[in-house]
Amino acid sequence: MAALLELDNVEARYGATKALHGISLTLDDGSIVAVLGANGAGKTTTLRAVSGTVRRSGEILFDGRRLGRRGPEAVARLGIAHVPEGRGTFAELSVKENLRLGAYTQRPQAFKADYSRVLNLFPWMLDREGQQAGTLSGGEQQMLALARALMQRPRLLLLDEPSLGLAPGLVTDIFRIVRELNEKEGLSVLVVEQNAAVALETAERAYVLEVGRVVVTGASDELRRNESVRRSYLGY
Amino acid sequence: MANFLQQVVSGLATGGIYGSLALAIVLIYRATRVINFAQGEMGMFAAFIALWLIDSGWPYWAAFFATLGLAFVGGVLVERVVIRPVERAPVVTVVIVTVGLLIGLNGAAFWIWGGDTRAFPSAFSTRAIHVGGVAFSIQDFGVIGVSLGAVALLFLFFRFTKLGLAMRAAALNPEASRLVGVRVGWMLALGWGFASVLGAVAAMMVAPTIFLDPNMMRPVLLYAIAAAILGGLESPIGAVLGGLILGVGLNLISTYVDFVGDALKLPVAFVVILAVLLVKPTGLFGRATVRRV
Repeated sequence: MAALLELDNVEARYGATKALHGISLTLDDGSIVAVLGANGAGKTTTLRAVSGTVRRSGEILFDGRRLGRRGPEAVARLGIAHVPEGRGTFAELSVKENLRLGAYTQRPQAFKADYSRVLNLFPWMLDREGQQAGTLSGGEQQMLALARALMQRPRLLLLDEPSLGLAPGLVTDIFRIVRELNEKEGLSVLVVEQNAAVALETAERAYVLEVGRVVVTGASDELRRNESVRRSYLGY
Repeated sequence: MANFLQQVVSGLATGGIYGSLALAIVLIYRATRVINFAQGEMGMFAAFIALWLIDSGWPYWAAFFATLGLAFVGGVLVERVVIRPVERAPVVTVVIVTVGLLIGLNGAAFWIWGGDTRAFPSAFSTRAIHVGGVAFSIQDFGVIGVSLGAVALLFLFFRFTKLGLAMRAAALNPEASRLVGVRVGWMLALGWGFASVLGAVAAMMVAPTIFLDPNMMRPVLLYAIAAAILGGLESPIGAVLGGLILGVGLNLISTYVDFVGDALKLPVAFVVILAVLLVKPTGLFGRATVRRV
């Protein structure tokens, strides 16, 4: 399979603080890859480096194209949708307006079909189209953020801590939907998770980060079987 | 009673003007947390251009709409050239830049057109129409129609178009807007363009009554800021209603409260600003956003 996303020795910094010290990572087209690690390991920054929401150097290739200095607007237009940690939604706008914004870069004629496709995945949104996003529960906001990202018709989905603050049942729901999209539509996903057990069940491969570097990588099964990796890096 | 109704209608006319300028201020405030002190001067400049077009033989409405077009382009250019470089600077820096812009535009108008007060034509007849025994001025109705019409068009644009939605989103949450592909920088520039159009409408509507000169918009801007604060700086509808309330209120106060008269109107506006900021800083219509964490 061809690589959809390749990071080669990517560094990123917030002001004077370096958050990534040369990350290399490959994601095959149509696959799900997890990025694991403790707090502050650089997981979120890895996603932000791809979407262009942090200053980065090194080489990032998407579908063979260099991302270079592209900012988030341009990266989104290439077909990468980033669901940031916590609130990726517009709290003051309605559910439907959030989804219309997701479709901002799409042709207007495509909206109807894409919208009903998303409502199929999240039927509860139909009755709550007009509700202000900020008044949804945490889990609903997470689903709305995911739905908004799907409206972008992405080839690659960047998911940051989808399980954060959610009840276990909801976490299962969200990962089930992600898996479905991956299997049925070939959506590629790069997912960051603290909850390594859930992530490894979904992803084919995983990268474990420690202070801005990749320390372990491999197929999910191998990582799960490897006792010492599990104990020292995954914490379960 | 007749006098009361007349004062209400003429208050609504000036209030509509304050309201449209207040809306211009709110548009920019929502997106950048900055009060654009040059908003009035930008409108004054546009009114001078309109008069120049009319004096060169253009029909009034052709000059009016051409001026709105130029005001839009001018607003976008101001954002790109003057505001963009200080985009990431602290709010105070940007405010000072807008004050500099005020002084610069004022000086430029003096330099180009001189400081003489000029008459500015009105699109509407100053005749009166009689409704139920009360005489109203046609001009007042015209001014109400044009300023509130401009405001209504803008509301429809923000409510029902994709671009309007993207502009709202860019103001509310620039980070998330970029992630869905909205070019936030350009949305800000468009916002300046629309604000500039509203300022031009206000200036062209007020000019026939207060006459055209480079300083004409100073008091109008103060009333508009009072209106925006009264309505809640965050609320576009509040800005317009604040303008109408202020216009009618001031008119009635200066008619019926003898010691206020015309001379103390401006201080009353200032008192309104102070009172609102002390008693209810979010204004009449500003509200804290509901957010569940």
